[in-house]
Amino acid sequence: MPFGQIAEITGADAFQLEAADTDQVQQALYERFPALEKRAYAIAVNKVIVKDNTMLSNGSVVALLPPFSGG
Amino acid sequence: MAVAYNQDRYSRHLLLKGFGGDAQSKLTSARVLMIGAGGLGCPALQYLAAAGVGEIGIVDDDVVSLSNLQRQVLYRTQDIGKKKASVAAAQLQELNPDIRLTPYLLRLDTSNAIELFSRYDIIVDGTDNFATRYLINDACVILEKPLVFAAVFQYEGQLAVFNVPDAAGIKTNYRDLFESPPSAADAPDCNEAGVLGVLPGTMGVMQATEVIKLITGLGKPLINKLLIYQALEAESYTVSLQPSEQAAALAPQTAEAFQRMDYEWFCNATINKVAELDPEIFETLTELADVKVVDVREFGEYPRARFKHTQIPLSLLLQEIPAFEEARIVVFCQSGKRSLQAAELIKEMIKPHQEVYSLKGGILAL
Repeated sequence: MPFGQIAEITGADAFQLEAADTDQVQQALYERFPALEKRAYAIAVNKVIVKDNTMLSNGSVVALLPPFSGG
Repeated sequence: MAVAYNQDRYSRHLLLKGFGGDAQSKLTSARVLMIGAGGLGCPALQYLAAAGVGEIGIVDDDVVSLSNLQRQVLYRTQDIGKKKASVAAAQLQELNPDIRLTPYLLRLDTSNAIELFSRYDIIVDGTDNFATRYLINDACVILEKPLVFAAVFQYEGQLAVFNVPDAAGIKTNYRDLFESPPSAADAPDCNEAGVLGVLPGTMGVMQATEVIKLITGLGKPLINKLLIYQALEAESYTVSLQPSEQAAALAPQTAEAFQRMDYEWFCNATINKVAELDPEIFETLTELADVKVVDVREFGEYPRARFKHTQIPLSLLLQEIPAFEEARIVVFCQSGKRSLQAAELIKEMIKPHQEVYSLKGGILAL
């Protein structure tokens, strides 16, 4: 699920990927959307923010959350 | 707790089941500091003042401009050119003469934040740039001060309550979400990217709601969570946050270290340039896993480093940069000059997820 500025690169809708862990998700995304590689974002797996590479299971939801600065 | 307040003014609170006189007394005794009197600040301030929060400080050094009026609802066309904090304080005082409003017509920085925050119970972040957001976050962490955070981008908003422990004593802050700031190009502000005027209204009112919950003890504040509101979908998405040791190591640990930070530089630097580390932060960072510490002095230079490190003299780095596996590479030398040069060389070679730091002042500063 992409949010904010990330959705401007990937399109707003959620989409499916085959990946064993979050590193693989990132790799697959960078191949599809090279502009994403330079972007800052946090990763949430099943609604929990993760910092390190995290194993995924069938149906895991990965959200990419960019920082917002506006006020 | 017997605190005087106008029974008639707050009658709808007093009638409210679960709220009542106790909660109203707590609001009357509370001190809240709103930083930024813009898109988030205006609506947050209106409801906090209306609710009877006894003391409200407003920090903003900016003046009202015509393009603000699309969303900054405390200001009128005739206020263009006037200081936001003064106009806001005057408007809110008319709304509620029973509370104390203090405008601070200043730019928040590392020299005034600690002292100013100490005077308030809760800090509300309604600023519009990363430098100030990290500054506010780090000051609140040092002071263990509750921070109600919100930020907006076009049609989406983020909301969180930082530095408030949950039942298990666990608390988180902005760095547990984003440990270091992105470049300005990565996250444009409202001036560059535009914003749906009503969106900061929604998020500011949600901030006021969280402040009122924290003061009164009602309900479940958004502790250790981040809520993302998507105005176009009328949906919200909430994720949990966990404390991150790595993130904590990157933040200043003491008020003194905080006062030495240069947030403007820090926020513009981390993507394109090498970040220089304060000695204290250096020491915490070197103890973490997944960090490569490199001495770039020539062989045989003194003093020897007593912490775990690898030595690759700058003269060798100039010939060939090895591939580093670790997520963070921290380089040091005698005085911080050669390590900055080395870090810049490494910076060009590393992968996007890796970060390079140089020890400011070198090993002599430790």
